[in-house]
Amino acid sequence: MSLGLLERFGAVLALPDEDPRKTLAVALVLCLACSVLVSATAVSLRPMQEHNAARELKREVVKVAGLDDTDIGLEQAFARIETRLVDLDTGEILDNADPSVYAYREAARDPARSRALDEDPAGIRRRPDRMPVYLVRDAGEISTIILPVYGQGLWSTMHGLLALAPDGRTAKALSFYEQRETAGLGSEVASPKWLRQWPGKTLIGPQGEPVIEVAKGRVDPSAPGADRRVDGLSGATLTGKGVESLMAFWLGEQGYGPFLARLDGLQ
Amino acid sequence: MNTSDTKLVVEPIVDNNPITLQILGICSALAVTTKLAPAITMSIALTAVIVGASVIISLIRRHMPSSIRIIIQMTIIASLVIVVDQVLRAFAYELSKQLSVFVGLIITNCIVLGRAEAFASKNPPWPSFLDALGHGLGYSLILVTVAAVRELLGSGRLLGVPVLPLVEDGGWYMPNGLMLLAPGAFFIIGLMIWAIRTWRPQQIERPEYRIHIVHRTEPG
Repeated sequence: MSLGLLERFGAVLALPDEDPRKTLAVALVLCLACSVLVSATAVSLRPMQEHNAARELKREVVKVAGLDDTDIGLEQAFARIETRLVDLDTGEILDNADPSVYAYREAARDPARSRALDEDPAGIRRRPDRMPVYLVRDAGEISTIILPVYGQGLWSTMHGLLALAPDGRTAKALSFYEQRETAGLGSEVASPKWLRQWPGKTLIGPQGEPVIEVAKGRVDPSAPGADRRVDGLSGATLTGKGVESLMAFWLGEQGYGPFLARLDGLQ
Repeated sequence: MNTSDTKLVVEPIVDNNPITLQILGICSALAVTTKLAPAITMSIALTAVIVGASVIISLIRRHMPSSIRIIIQMTIIASLVIVVDQVLRAFAYELSKQLSVFVGLIITNCIVLGRAEAFASKNPPWPSFLDALGHGLGYSLILVTVAAVRELLGSGRLLGVPVLPLVEDGGWYMPNGLMLLAPGAFFIIGLMIWAIRTWRPQQIERPEYRIHIVHRTEPG
């Protein structure tokens, strides 16, 4: 059977190059061979890539927490940070769930562990039911709350970490550790220069509503409301809008809003 | 290796360099050369892709219907680029983040498709391998040289190791910020082309266009 197939294949190869049957056969065999090569590489290397990505996330959390300039290593610094899982609907911290094995990106694809969004400013379509949060304590008191956030920019989903002061309204730091926005324009969203203006900004208003805006152009620091606005990215209006929308979503009712409202009782 | 084999490898390094003579691959030569480490990674990635693609294309050159030959070459190149990108993400994560889209853009690098179409599709695997290797090395030589100059003058370092003590750390060297921007690479590549063509005048192209002075008869 397979010998016969081989012979037929040989016969096709012997056809003149211009024969449409040969053209089709060559295209088919080439596509099969290339797809096997690409998927075999992707599947066999995935565990190492996931390991790298997990390490990268730890490094980013440690950096946003402000613990990266200490002399201790990454693992030790990360161990100082408390990782918890939050039920986004109720805002409760789940004590019986293990955050170290939880991957919110997988959960967002699983209908049993996420829900579709009707109102979806961040452009993420499905929101996981649970999200990890990272708590940094200083002498027992919470000093920093780190929230993973993500949303659609112009081309890509931007994944970032937002560090809040213990009041749950003021930003302490922001980073975007994964984005594929336009190189040189939108990609500035991840540049230290742009992210440096976030600490101290008021993200949430007195009624618990997200108020932070990405302005068009520069923000005059003396203008009223300057503490609720950050400079826009020139040449990357839509990336800036994406950041504003993902902040509105993740700090709002559908995001960490219920969790942040309960912060006072958390200490 | 006999002399013609050696010529296949050596010629593209100086006499027929893909960047300085053929002026191809300039985009990545500007983009990834601010530091030496990503430039070396990019050089290895491109050399691996061009060698792999040329050998495979040369092996199947007798069975490439001419109506779909470019798309066959592109498919093979694109598959190899994805493989290289995945390998980088698994083994050199930090560097692959610095290179971002530029590894993926090897697909559109004219050097790779150029060698596939001009050489590998007409020659046996061994010469195709040597030709691709030579072009990969020629590209790498320019990339690494440009990156070494840019990193040294732009940040006073080589491969991240401080070489020139910077003013801000109490040394004497004031870094040249221009070297970290794309124009810095343009200037370096331009100067290299000038130097190579002074050394090898046969590389100077004939002007494509000359202004001929003619007598105008109608009133100006």
